[in-house]
Amino acid sequence: MANSYDLIVIGAGPGGYIAAIRGAQLGMKVAIVEREHMAGICSNWGCIPTKALLRSAEVYSHMEHAASYGLNAGNYSADITAVVQRSRGIAGQMNNGVQFLMKKNKVDIIWGEAKLTKPGEIVVGKITKKPVEPQHPPPKNTLGEGTYTAKNIIVATGARPRVLPGIEPDSDRIWTYFEAMIPRTMPKSLAIMGSGAIGIEFASFYRTFGVEVTVIELLPQILPVEDAEIAEHVRKRLEKRGIKFLTDAKVTRVDKTATSVTAHIELKGGGTQQITANHLISAVGVQCNTENLGLEGLGVKLERGAIVTDGFGRTNVAGVWAIGDVAGPPMLAHKAEHEAVVTVETIAGLHVHALDKSKVPGCTYCDPQVASVGMTEAKARETGREIKVGKFPFIGNGKAIALGEPEGLVKTIFDAKTGELIGAHLVGAEVTELIQGFVVAMNLETTEEDLIHTIFPHPTLSETMKESVLAAYGRALNV
Amino acid sequence: MPINITMPALSPTMEEGTLAKWHVKEGDTVSSGDVIAEIETDKATMEVEAVDEGKIGKIVVAEGTENVKVNAVIAVLLQDGESADAAPAPTPAPKAAAPEPAPKAEAAATAEAGGLMRENSATQAGAASSSASSSASSSASAKAEAPSNGSDRTFASPLARRLAKDANIEISTIPGSGPHGRVVKADVEAAKSGKGATKAAQAPTPASPGGATLAAGMTKAQVLGLYPEDSYALIPNDGMRKTVAARLTEAKQTVPHFYLTLDCRIDALMEAREQLNAAAAVKDGKPAYKLSVNDFVMKAWAHALIKVPAANATWAGDAILLHKHADVAVAVAVPGGLFTPVVRSCETKSLRQISEEVKDLAGRARNKKLAPHEYQGGSTAVSNLGMFGIKHFAAVINPPHGTILAVGAGEERVYADKGQVKIGQFMTVTLSCDHRSVDGALGAELLAAFKAIVETPIMMLA
Repeated sequence: MANSYDLIVIGAGPGGYIAAIRGAQLGMKVAIVEREHMAGICSNWGCIPTKALLRSAEVYSHMEHAASYGLNAGNYSADITAVVQRSRGIAGQMNNGVQFLMKKNKVDIIWGEAKLTKPGEIVVGKITKKPVEPQHPPPKNTLGEGTYTAKNIIVATGARPRVLPGIEPDSDRIWTYFEAMIPRTMPKSLAIMGSGAIGIEFASFYRTFGVEVTVIELLPQILPVEDAEIAEHVRKRLEKRGIKFLTDAKVTRVDKTATSVTAHIELKGGGTQQITANHLISAVGVQCNTENLGLEGLGVKLERGAIVTDGFGRTNVAGVWAIGDVAGPPMLAHKAEHEAVVTVETIAGLHVHALDKSKVPGCTYCDPQVASVGMTEAKARETGREIKVGKFPFIGNGKAIALGEPEGLVKTIFDAKTGELIGAHLVGAEVTELIQGFVVAMNLETTEEDLIHTIFPHPTLSETMKESVLAAYGRALNV
Repeated sequence: MPINITMPALSPTMEEGTLAKWHVKEGDTVSSGDVIAEIETDKATMEVEAVDEGKIGKIVVAEGTENVKVNAVIAVLLQDGESADAAPAPTPAPKAAAPEPAPKAEAAATAEAGGLMRENSATQAGAASSSASSSASSSASAKAEAPSNGSDRTFASPLARRLAKDANIEISTIPGSGPHGRVVKADVEAAKSGKGATKAAQAPTPASPGGATLAAGMTKAQVLGLYPEDSYALIPNDGMRKTVAARLTEAKQTVPHFYLTLDCRIDALMEAREQLNAAAAVKDGKPAYKLSVNDFVMKAWAHALIKVPAANATWAGDAILLHKHADVAVAVAVPGGLFTPVVRSCETKSLRQISEEVKDLAGRARNKKLAPHEYQGGSTAVSNLGMFGIKHFAAVINPPHGTILAVGAGEERVYADKGQVKIGQFMTVTLSCDHRSVDGALGAELLAAFKAIVETPIMMLA
């Protein structure tokens, strides 16, 4: 049957397209359904285009500080239109790349909106969602509306910005990450609601180009999922760069004019405050895309808006699987990708270990960068176990000083009894590239002993990682 | 340049051996061809000859050291005018150490070198004893070599090792669920909670010959605990003893044996033997040859195997080898063990040739002078305990052989013949077969062929 597959994946984001490729590698006949953009939010409106923007900011910052490296950058300025154009170009390149990968792996692309009608069957209908503009052209040679069957169906529909009632994004004064990624002009001032990775990255980006930025956070700590000490380090550094923070602060309502928006804020300690800015970016988390998929009809179980799965992508309905953001936090592209592989290999009957959420790293690409894996110090203490904590500052690292990046901190947390590495938290230059050393170590279940016996190349920032481990055992050498 | 004398490989498969004896001491002058040392492997003792001439500058590996790795430096030979000081300093090897203390010594050395804190030395010892106990004195190797015995190594994460040690669980008993069977934290925790199976409880994999998981017997400590301390003499097991133990335990645990017994009347054989021996030319008052019953058995057995080629078989995992010749091993008892040298293409040899070859092999076996190629291989074996008056016994197959023929004593017996009570000479033989390669009917066919030849020995001329 032409419309019959071994595996159908709904959603072509980083979870979905990886699932499709892995299925094809394992000899399955695979189709993937998409309604808006190949490669998902990640490549089109998330991870990748924001990294392109932040790279422009980084280069700009280097030009700003050229004199401290003995250089003269001459007259420099930012052309925000060109910066955005570069970012969009890169997003388009990613989109095309995934189209190519689907073709290469002989995965059929079905263009439309999928609905699960019964186990093993979907009906693909017209697209009802208004696409985010500017839209990348859809792939050619796609299949269209119709009924398709597959023994196994993976739901990988992702998530979208969460909307707070009364503070609905309007694409004009109140932005989400979509609008924040494509400013037509550089605003004078911005208020950002939410200090998670998205909020902090936009704060860092806009501040580099001189925008007055105020970040409003409901909780007492910015970057709430990060280690408190690391978050405090980031806050101080960003405050030094001129970003204002309001923590323990709740936006109760907003007033808009043609050129500005005023956020009315209630402070937890008592009192109110008003912040007026050109725009307000709503970055208060994301919401799973579970609607209009026919999940209710099949009785697929949801919890807190996410599809409930068992660590192998299995839902409560046989033959229906879910991965990525739609299957719950942490809502990160690399979590979705790994879940995709675990799930498809489970479907294929291969031996796999369930996704271990305690070993999913997280990265924030503000200046300074933040990266972490495992438990924060507070979480580790909450478990009641005895721990050893090591800290090493970048100032003790020759490469950091040579780079002109002497501020930074590497913190490692070990179980005192077993030597198991249970957490690593980094802030400073390039730490998003360093963290993987600890992720590998953790996944291979190394102990402090193996890390101490590992040779780290000199001179690199990575030496701070080893020193932090040594510090946990009272043996740091360069501090 | 001083020349390193290294541990020779006596066979292609040899990985380590015991330096049994030095024939030279430091300062001795040797020339090419001089015997300088004796090396003992699992079965043979071989002499090591000097290849170059010079003076023995240093003996690196002491006499009696076990498990010396092939290619490890055992001594240094100096050329004219060189002094011992100029000799390269190979890493020191332990003195003839018992295998048990070696891992501890090694761990202590590691801990010292690494300057580790806490209980790391204990951790190392745990890891070493669990993963590398088979190559206990791997540091005996002058070269830094990876643990030689890959199949014995347990792959486990460092954390799993530490958790297993803390829980007092032998890591090698925990089934691994990680990539390629690596033991990970979750496996140790399952083992601790009793939820996980241990390896001993798992069925051995019948499809992997020689690689199956073998049940371990009682430990030395367990055995010693059963007897008062002064009630026995403790004889350390030498290489041959260990090999006999390992090979035959493997045989009984992995080879499905079955046994076939029948009686052969040997009056005609005895008569033929008498005639042939009487016809031997006499030289210096001694006959040129004296054939034994066993020589006839060897030849008859070889002819039977050629006649029933399907039974001349060796199990080889996913295939069976059908041998084109009858390479018959013969069990030779020696003090402290036994050897099974092989008479190759036995079916092509005359009784006299077989007789002489067995005599030569047996003599050299008793002096432990057999070369490995003389006792390796073969498709079957003959084990004869008739000289002790044993009437009947069942022998253990010596892998990779497919069969072994156990021969009892020839004796006069009363038998019935067409209602008449008669007396004749009989010999009882029992054939042990590896059921994987030789089925019951096939084994019976082979044994019947043997009986026919033995009872009508002139058939051996056909």
